Amino acid sequence: MTIKQLSVFLENTSGRLAEVTRILADAKINISAFSLADTADYGILRLIVDDPVRAEKMLHEQGCTVHTTDVVGIYVPHKPGGLYKALVVLAENGISIEYMYAFASREKAMVILRTENIAHTIEALQKSGIEILNPSDAYNA
Amino acid sequence: MIWNQYIECMDREQLQQLQNRRFASMIERIYCNVPFYRKRMQSLGIEPGDITSIDQLKLFPFTTKQDLRDNYPFGLFAVPPSEVVRIHASSGTTGKPTVVGYTRKDINMWAEMVARALTGAGAGKNDIVQNAYGYGLFTGGLGLHYGAERIGATAIPMSGGNTQRQIQMMQDLGSTILSCTPSYALYIAETMEETGIDPSTIKLKAGIFGAEPWTENMRKEIEKKLHIKAIDIYGLSEIMGPGVAVECLEQKGLHICEDHFIPEIIDPNTLEPLPYGSVGELVITCITKEALPLLRYRTRDLTRLTLDKCACGRTLVRMDKVLGRSDDMLIIRGVNVFPSQIESVLLEIAETKPHYLLIVDRVNNLDVLEIWIEVDDHFFSDEVKQLENFQKRIQERIESVLSISATIKLVEPKTIERSDGKSKRVIDKRKF
Repeated sequence: MTIKQLSVFLENTSGRLAEVTRILADAKINISAFSLADTADYGILRLIVDDPVRAEKMLHEQGCTVHTTDVVGIYVPHKPGGLYKALVVLAENGISIEYMYAFASREKAMVILRTENIAHTIEALQKSGIEILNPSDAYNA
Repeated sequence: MIWNQYIECMDREQLQQLQNRRFASMIERIYCNVPFYRKRMQSLGIEPGDITSIDQLKLFPFTTKQDLRDNYPFGLFAVPPSEVVRIHASSGTTGKPTVVGYTRKDINMWAEMVARALTGAGAGKNDIVQNAYGYGLFTGGLGLHYGAERIGATAIPMSGGNTQRQIQMMQDLGSTILSCTPSYALYIAETMEETGIDPSTIKLKAGIFGAEPWTENMRKEIEKKLHIKAIDIYGLSEIMGPGVAVECLEQKGLHICEDHFIPEIIDPNTLEPLPYGSVGELVITCITKEALPLLRYRTRDLTRLTLDKCACGRTLVRMDKVLGRSDDMLIIRGVNVFPSQIESVLLEIAETKPHYLLIVDRVNNLDVLEIWIEVDDHFFSDEVKQLENFQKRIQERIESVLSISATIKLVEPKTIERSDGKSKRVIDKRKF
């Protein structure tokens, strides 16, 4: 149930993010979710796309530093307390979150999580009845 | 003023006789006491008794920094450890420094040469020498200190840094001579300007500046800002430290202490000796040193020798201000830095050799080093804290190996320009 996320190293210069999205656009790759972590000098772009294997290849060929990272996706109800219910499960199981990002749609919100031990995270969430996002649903969200 | 009139103004012919005698006895000493040199001489069929004149210098091969490394730490010493009274060292590649040693007599002769420098700059026993060269393994601090005491001046062992306190001591104690790197002198001058201190309220009259390359323009700026005479001093730890060559108030080249060192200029490519007046690499032979007498040591400094008698009256040969290097060594804040040292740190921490670029600049008269590293797949992590940790480890390691701080900047692949497939390693934006 792990989702393949792409992480791209980006310098903080204007046009770099646009350039990466152009490479993906030219390859007809669709982005279903992303977040950007930034520091003073550089950023790390994290992407969920419809074809992670091909996207990684394309970005590599264009000279980007790119990694594939395993993450887990969950659905939480799009209402007060929805996220809390999932996070409390992680807290109770002693799982710390490296980073996360989320997108809300009409009824459900999609949350992408990166933790140290993805398999253990999925197991803990499943036991507590949290809905795990199917990778193919994530890629084509 | 001249400290040692007899030597510094000696008739050239008489000087060469002195050099010949000292050279012959030095050759005998290293033949007997340094296996490295004995083997070399045996393979060339040279016996100590054959050597009677410095004209025979060119029979001998050069000594290089690599030879010092290969014989680390004491392999080239010509005296037993019991005779060594002091060690200095400069930073080295792969964590190993270059270690140099001195006997009591060496220390004594070094003080004599710095005494010549200070006297040449107009200092005497009534002067107060504020020594802002770093004290420690670096030769600058203790080198200048002993020379100041030798002439009977008052030495203030300030060491480098803490600029506010440097200025306060100048004001309170009435320092008349400042010794430090030329860039630090400028930094002190500008700090005084910023804090509104009028240089005419301090008593400085001259400065002895060295350990890094500087231009005539820098000299003018220092002289104008501090209202002093700025005097150059040359040296390198392998040979002795500051004092190998010293400038006089004429400021037309540095007089080499030829009673202790024989200078030659060679073409760094063909290694052939060049005549007086040609620009080339300076090679020095020690003829009096006891602990570490190096034979034809390649300094890698580019300069030119002039034999004409100086207007100051000294007959010792003069070398121009150092024009550059015949290798890739950089001098950053007075510290010798080879790109290969930084490369080995990167290799150690990144476990692969990333493309890197060293950018050296002078900001507010202080040298700054920025290292660009191309982030490649080997050490890229998608977690910011991992990348920051990587930067921090490199920074700390460089600081511990080179004793200078560097800013580490992570850049995207192919950011660093490649020429002929090889990446350019250094951009030096400083204007010498």
